[in-house]
Amino acid sequence: MTIIATRGLTKRFPRVTALDRLDLRVEPGVVGLVGANGAGKSTLIKILLGLLPVTEGGAEVLGMDVRTSGEAIRARVGYMPEHDCLPADVSATEFCVHMARMSGIPPSAARERTADVLRHVGLYEERYRPIGGYSTGMKQRVKLAQALVHDPDLMFLDEPTNGLDPAGRDDMLGLIRRIGTDFGISVLVTSHLLGELERICDHVIIIDGGRLLRAQDIGAYTEATKTIAVEVAEGRDTLGHRLADSGLQVRANGRDLLVDLRDEETYDVVRDAVTDLGLGLVRLEQRRHHISDVWQERPA
Amino acid sequence: MTATTIHDIGYRHYGGPRLGRGYAIRSLYSNSLRGVFGLGRPGRAKVLPFALFALMCIPALVSVAVRLVMAKLVPTAPPINLFPYRAYIFDLQAISAIFLAAQSPQMVSRDLRFHVMPLYLSRPIRRFDYILAKLAAMFSALLIVFAAPLTLLYLGALLNKMNAWDQLTQYGPALGGAVVYALVLAAFGLCVASLTPRRGFGVAAIIALYLVSYGAVSILQGILVANTYDSAAGYVGLLSPYTLVEGFQTWALRQEHTGIGYVEPGAGGAVFVVVVVAVLAAALGILVARYRKVAS
Repeated sequence: MTIIATRGLTKRFPRVTALDRLDLRVEPGVVGLVGANGAGKSTLIKILLGLLPVTEGGAEVLGMDVRTSGEAIRARVGYMPEHDCLPADVSATEFCVHMARMSGIPPSAARERTADVLRHVGLYEERYRPIGGYSTGMKQRVKLAQALVHDPDLMFLDEPTNGLDPAGRDDMLGLIRRIGTDFGISVLVTSHLLGELERICDHVIIIDGGRLLRAQDIGAYTEATKTIAVEVAEGRDTLGHRLADSGLQVRANGRDLLVDLRDEETYDVVRDAVTDLGLGLVRLEQRRHHISDVWQERPA
Repeated sequence: MTATTIHDIGYRHYGGPRLGRGYAIRSLYSNSLRGVFGLGRPGRAKVLPFALFALMCIPALVSVAVRLVMAKLVPTAPPINLFPYRAYIFDLQAISAIFLAAQSPQMVSRDLRFHVMPLYLSRPIRRFDYILAKLAAMFSALLIVFAAPLTLLYLGALLNKMNAWDQLTQYGPALGGAVVYALVLAAFGLCVASLTPRRGFGVAAIIALYLVSYGAVSILQGILVANTYDSAAGYVGLLSPYTLVEGFQTWALRQEHTGIGYVEPGAGGAVFVVVVVAVLAAALGILVARYRKVAS
């Protein structure tokens, strides 16, 4: 089952093309949507919610067309915006009950679900106090709770870790992972930080300038590559020349040398070269891809 | 409560009914109406609306009490109310104007200021539904504030064994007037308040517009009446919310006139009806245009 599908999705604003013939197929699970600021992440979410008209192409969410079924989609989807969106003068309980009812949940069920969901996101005694007095971390939890309170089939979380300290970030990421695995709700989570999505996502979609850059299982990004990284205390270039003379493909990458791994003997060649030159070896490791490499390897 | 117990409870899916857009609009309406009176908000949010509501009702209670005592002391006293139905809202307009100025911004500016709109719009409602629910809530709140004292007067009259039918012929049209007052004032208040996300600005703007328009109308009417242009003075009433509705109910509901200036019963008075309708339509147009620009 495909939860999100777009075909040639294009969105032009008077001065800028936010999405450019985007083709996506998203399967259930926790899916990361990565892109720099202005890459079109928030625009995509607004279109998927049926709130922005499409210029060209089309999109379906949970099998429903965004052009014609916006209301039906919004009834089954939870949305956590990037920016502040909570009134200061009501309590988290009061607010979440109201938001559950706005999604069509009857009053008594709205109260029950609010109590459940606030507990799941980790809000306890403070849920009866006005939101205005909450910390950033608590507010992010309320924002998450209001997107979860009507038990959606799919959640759009726009930069949920924004403004959180490292501990709060870990908590939030753990919660999102739990929503995807324990709660069985699919999640589309955006971030401009690749590292945090590596930890929680099943799939990652990368868009840039409104175009699809890459969409893959998380494993595909991080599989071992046929490269080893060598770091020496000094004499990086000397070593580089020596290895090149030995017939290896070598290139510099910051303090490291990246050496193409031909076979197991490559390690020995590197070791011997380092010893012969009398250099201090700091690190010798087989490199794994990080999602962030997608950016660096992209042709400029 | 520890983290362990929380994990043990587990997540429960919701299998019950999901009511649609109509229910969502009604929920927004009732939540907003409660909000006007500070219900579901901290205690201090309740003080002002309930104090103003009480102030609106006190003259009616005094009127009933005076009549009760009078009937005991002077059995031959004529059966009249100290505060007549038809003039009640107009005479106490300062109270409802403060109510409107204080509570309209909390109804709409708050959602703009805290950027709550994206959350509403990501639910199964449309922009127009939001406007409709908020207008209906403000209208209902004002109608409660207006109808409660009128109803107290009527019940008091029945308690005083005044002629029930005679009282009803005054109470009924006054309630009709209350509906129009509530409509016009709700549209006026929300229109102004929706233009600023700052609550203070909203309060100040509504009060200022009310004071300036009413002041200007009063002065103009005074000058015109002094020069015996009574009819012209009546039409000047079109320029301020309370005098506009006063003119409307004088003509349309065949009520005795309150305030100065007087429009002859006839075709001329229909202007007030036209202007009331035009004001409501314009307010709706402004709100729709305003909310089209609010980011989702």
